[in-house]
Amino acid sequence: MAEFDSVGLRYGTGAEVLRDLDFRLANGGFYFLTGPSGAGKTSLLKLLYLAQRPTRGRIKLFGEELSEAPRDALPQFRRRIGVVFQDFRLIRHLSAFDNVALPLRVAGAKDEDVEGPVREMLAWVGLADRSSARPPTLSGGEQQRVAIARAVINRPELLVADEPTGNVDADMANRLMGLFTALNRLGTTVVVATHDVGLIGATPGAQMIRIEQGTLTDPTGVLKHPPGRA
Amino acid sequence: MFDWLFASPAERRLLGQQKLRGPTPWVIAIMSFSILIIAATGLALANTAGVLTRAIEARYAVEVPNGGGDLARITDVVRRSPGVTSAEPVSESDMRKTLERWLGPAAAASGDLPVPALVNFDVGADANLGAIEQSVRAVAPDARIVAHRESIGPLLHSLRLLQWVAFGLVLMLSGAASAAVVLAARGALDTHRSTIEVMHGVGATDVQVTRLFQRRIAIDALVGSVAGAGAAAVVLLLLTAGASFAGELMGGATLSGPDLVILALLPLALTALATWVARTAVLAALRQAL
Repeated sequence: MAEFDSVGLRYGTGAEVLRDLDFRLANGGFYFLTGPSGAGKTSLLKLLYLAQRPTRGRIKLFGEELSEAPRDALPQFRRRIGVVFQDFRLIRHLSAFDNVALPLRVAGAKDEDVEGPVREMLAWVGLADRSSARPPTLSGGEQQRVAIARAVINRPELLVADEPTGNVDADMANRLMGLFTALNRLGTTVVVATHDVGLIGATPGAQMIRIEQGTLTDPTGVLKHPPGRA
Repeated sequence: MFDWLFASPAERRLLGQQKLRGPTPWVIAIMSFSILIIAATGLALANTAGVLTRAIEARYAVEVPNGGGDLARITDVVRRSPGVTSAEPVSESDMRKTLERWLGPAAAASGDLPVPALVNFDVGADANLGAIEQSVRAVAPDARIVAHRESIGPLLHSLRLLQWVAFGLVLMLSGAASAAVVLAARGALDTHRSTIEVMHGVGATDVQVTRLFQRRIAIDALVGSVAGAGAAAVVLLLLTAGASFAGELMGGATLSGPDLVILALLPLALTALATWVARTAVLAALRQAL
C-alpha cells in the first residue's frame, strides 16, 4: 500500500521535521500512529495523503512512485484516500449533506447517485436529522462525525485520520472505531494518529507506529518488513 | 467548450451564494463604459477622416496670389479643360469676408489690400493638371494650382493620430480591466483558500476548482460590461442628438452599421478577456500549491 524509503521532510529552510523514515504499510493493515506532540505525526500523515512532498527520499503509494509525480497526476490518487483532519476542515458555508457529498461530486457522481449514500452515511454517524445544518451550527463532536463521513463516503483504499476521536464522547469514539474497523475488514488500510492508548488496546490486530522527534521507532523491524503484502 | 458556464446548484454552493459583491462588476462597468466611449470616438474620427479624404481627394484650386487676371475668364478656361468635372469661382466679396475674420473690418473696406483670386475645381481620373495649369497661366501668369489635400493634410494627420490614440487607450483600458480581474481572482482565491484546500484534498483537479472561479468572474464581468455598455450607449445617443445641432463640422462624425456592430461586440470581448484572464490567473495560482 505505502512504502517510505529514506524519507525526510523539512518546511522551508528549517530543520528536518521528519528524518530517514523507512517503513511499509501492508494492504489492508490497521495502524495507529503515536508519539508526543510535535513528534511529526501530522507531517507524516500529510505525506501519506499527498498534501506534502518529501524533501528527500522516495514514497510509493498504491504501487506508484509519487514523490516526484506531476501534480496533475495526484488528484486521481487523492480520490483513493480518505482523510479525517484534526481540525475537521469542513466547508463552513456548505450543509453537512454537501460536505459529505463533496468527494462523490468531485469524482463525478450524478446528483441521483449522491443522495442515497450520503443520507445513509449521515444516518450511520447519527446526524440524519442534521443534514442541512452548516458546520458553525454543529458541535465539535458533530463536526467530527461529518468529517469522518466525508472521509469514508468514497470507500477509500487508504483512510488517514488525525485524532479522529478527540472531540467525541466515549460511546461515539467506539462507534467511529467500529466504522474504521468495518472499513478495514472490507480491505481499507487505516492509519489513525492518536494519543488515546485505550483505542489501540481496543482494536485487535492493529499495529502501532511510534514516532519521536521526527524519527520512526521500529526496534523489531516489523514496519520495514511487514508480514503481509506491501 | 462553454459547459463550465452551466454549473450545477451544488457546484454553485461551493463558493457561497453571494452575488455581485466586491468591486469587480463595478470596475468592469467603468472600464466598459470608458472603452465604448473611446472606441466610438475613434471610429467617428476615422469616419470623419474618410469623409474629408473622399471630399477633397479630387478637389483643387487655382490661386492667383495678387488677384490679377479675370476671374470669370480663369473659371472658363478651367471648365473647358479636359477632365475637369466642375469649377466654381470664389467671388471677391466672399474672399474679403473670409479675410475679414483674420484681418478685421478694414480688410473688407480697404481697396489697397490685394485679394487673391480663387477658383475651386474637381477633376476626374483622366485630368492632366499640368495642362490645366499651363492653360490658366496663359490667362494669369502668376496662377498656381493647389491640391486641397495639401492644405487639409495636417488636419487629417491629426485625426489619424487621434484614432491611434483612441485605439491605444482601448488597449490600455482592456489591460487595466485584466489587471483588476487578476486582483479579483487572487482575492477570491484568498477568500476561499480553505475551500480549495478541502477540494484538492478530496481529489479535485485544478480545472475543477478553476471552473468555479471562472464562472463567477465571467458572470461579474458580463454584468459589469453590459451595464457599462448600456450607460455608454445612453451617452452616445445624447451626443449624437447634440451633434445634429452642431452643424456641418460634425456632419462626418457619425457611426456606420459595422461600427455599431463592433461597439456591440466590445462588451462581449471584454467579458471573454476577463474570463480568460481569470482562468489563467487562477490556474497559475493553484499551481503554486501541491
